[in-house]
Amino acid sequence: MRVSQAIMLVAAAGLASAQHTFTPNDIEDGGQLFKGTCVGCHGPDGNLVPGIDLAHGKLRHASNDDQMAAIIRAGIPGTAMPPNNFTEFQAETIVAYLHSIGNAAGAATTGDVARGKTIFESKGGCANCHRIRGQGSRRGPDLSDIGAYRRAPELEKSILDPDAEILPQNRSVRLVTKDGATVTGRLLNEDTFNVMVLDASERLKAYAKSDLKEFAFVDKSPMPSSKGKLSAQEVADVVAYLSSLKGVEVK
Amino acid sequence: MKRLAFPMLALAGVLSAQVTFDRILNAPKEPQNWLTYSGAFGSQRHTSLSQIAPANVKNLELQWIYQARSLEKFEATPLVVDGVMYTVQPPNDAMAMDAATGRIFWIYNYSPSPEARPCCGRVNRGLAILGDTLFMGTIDAHLIAIDAKTGRPIWNREVAKAGSGYALTHAPLVVKDKVIVGTAGGEFGIRGFIAAYDVKTGKEVWRFHNIPEPGEPGHETWKNDGWMHGGGSVWVTGSYDAESNLTYWGIGNPGPDWNGDPRPGDNLYTDSVVALDADTGKLKWHYQFSPHDEFDYDSVQIPVLADMQWKGRPRKVMLWANRNGVFYVLDRATGEFLQGKPFVEVNWMNGFDEKGRPMRVAGKVPSRDGTLIFPGNQGGTNWYSPSYSPRTGLFYIPTWGDYSSIYVKNDQEYEEGKNYGGGRPRSPVNLARPPLNTRKDGEGFGAIRAMDPQTGERKWEFKMADVTDAGILTTDSDLLFSGGREGFFYALDARSGNLLWRVALGGPVQSGPISYSVNGRQYISVNGGSSLFVFALRQ
Repeated sequence: MRVSQAIMLVAAAGLASAQHTFTPNDIEDGGQLFKGTCVGCHGPDGNLVPGIDLAHGKLRHASNDDQMAAIIRAGIPGTAMPPNNFTEFQAETIVAYLHSIGNAAGAATTGDVARGKTIFESKGGCANCHRIRGQGSRRGPDLSDIGAYRRAPELEKSILDPDAEILPQNRSVRLVTKDGATVTGRLLNEDTFNVMVLDASERLKAYAKSDLKEFAFVDKSPMPSSKGKLSAQEVADVVAYLSSLKGVEVK
Repeated sequence: MKRLAFPMLALAGVLSAQVTFDRILNAPKEPQNWLTYSGAFGSQRHTSLSQIAPANVKNLELQWIYQARSLEKFEATPLVVDGVMYTVQPPNDAMAMDAATGRIFWIYNYSPSPEARPCCGRVNRGLAILGDTLFMGTIDAHLIAIDAKTGRPIWNREVAKAGSGYALTHAPLVVKDKVIVGTAGGEFGIRGFIAAYDVKTGKEVWRFHNIPEPGEPGHETWKNDGWMHGGGSVWVTGSYDAESNLTYWGIGNPGPDWNGDPRPGDNLYTDSVVALDADTGKLKWHYQFSPHDEFDYDSVQIPVLADMQWKGRPRKVMLWANRNGVFYVLDRATGEFLQGKPFVEVNWMNGFDEKGRPMRVAGKVPSRDGTLIFPGNQGGTNWYSPSYSPRTGLFYIPTWGDYSSIYVKNDQEYEEGKNYGGGRPRSPVNLARPPLNTRKDGEGFGAIRAMDPQTGERKWEFKMADVTDAGILTTDSDLLFSGGREGFFYALDARSGNLLWRVALGGPVQSGPISYSVNGRQYISVNGGSSLFVFALRQ
């Protein structure tokens, strides 16, 4: 699996430049740069600016990869696209990353946003822990703008295999106080002397470590997998719904 | 008693007098002042003031705060001269304040060129003083002499080209009639140097090439043309030994940082300490901590000088906890390697040969697919000042424990003024994250580690949940002051590591604490977040 994926990525990257071949790590680095710098305007799939789809070569000012890499570095004067202090190689890895996500998409089942919303709120049980635009529980991460940061394949993976990647900001802890009470919740912050959690009752609670008998990370995600519970189509619908969530509307 | 009285009288006579070189040389004799970045030429960051002591430290209370008009990291260590504090608000605003009240006498606002682009923040670590003149390096690589009474610039010298990636971020060091600085910019393919300037005119007197050019000794350690963009930055202040007239400086990483292929060889004098004749800049000796480094292990640490009994005889040594994870003891007269022991988890080397060269572990080099290396890219320690207490005989290191990075190498061409890294370390520690910490131990934690230089063994550890960028101050009353990213500032018992007092400053401590006194009252000062805090005992 890893091998075939690697070959595909390298092949995709080969389009980016005749001078370089790109390893999966290079492409991942390009992805990090893209997520760190570009995603705010272009979105996680590179298609958030109207009329532009970076992953599928739908561009206004560039007709090939070299021009695209040049624009990443120099920006486009008179537009919102600023210059960036990337090396040529870094800019090329960003282009390679965009090719990789463009090639990797396509195969996924097409989902329906409205159906996904219904599944999210009913059969899927997602709202029992997740909150969207003020509705639902706060125990899990708020997903109001998840579509602005996470790509569809990443969302699908989280739904089917929640333990595979737990972001540091979504870690859970289990505490036992000196008077015997057990508390589980999301770890919000920790320092040498204190632990800050959102407990199962959605209360912001702070504990002095000196008042605790036990304090441990919960390694598994509290989120259950939807594998076997939702059909492939239903998962695709939920993914479509989540991908449509780009943040709170400003009126 | 008589010996005590004499300096007090002498001091009263010079209360408003200039800071002569003789006073700087004898800084430990006037502990009410803080005359150099590290407090004295030996850079022990130790004060003989002892009014604040373990028994009363719980009575420390806030005296004043200065809130900088800047959100940049506040890394400067202030100078204090006869009741006046001088510091730098980032990036390059020098200022004078009343050390007892925090009221401002003057601010010199310097606007660096837009070409300035230091790698890691628009920071400044402080000033040097001689006579009535302050010296400040700027992030656009200028050195400026400033009138300490008025804040007016006296001269302004371009040390190097900001557009090529050079910057000055550390506090200069004054030795006799020269002010010495080194250039930062190790991530931009610079060719670093250390240079001395005439204090009166700003004219360059000598220059030491951190990367030797053709014809200079050490050039043979650079194959190809790697030397031309070989890095070798300097970004913390050196030390000075009057007896040998040597000034000691730590040199930064070679470039490109994470791919050594364009620069075969040991790459002198990167990741080394150099001992230079303070009058001529001529190299007396060097010791390279990390030959042919590919882990960004800058040897940009404070050279701490101590005189101690070593294996049964008195010896003038240099104590050095390196970013590469090893705690070294060197003979500072000759550069002889005396001892090297890891103070954190280290997997890139596993011992030393008879000459003190580290023995590498096969396969522990950056790779296309990534290689796990301990310590990680920020090192076992970094630029944060350590402290040596002659009373406890212990060396105190701000430490990142259990910390690693996955080193990935890439191809990289040099391009002027652009990043010249050649790869990327993947680190579990997000270096630009908000002040929230949800990390696990295996992703790195901060600690103060107290080491016995005689054995290289750890005596005690004070562990923090988050990592630390804070320096350390020790006192003759056996207190240790430090902080960390969590924003706590605390006092420990320097002998046991026990926590005696703490306060939450509300922002990370990213500087080294100092102590001084005004009218017989001892103060402790440290930066937290964007502010400078001053504490003293409740009256």
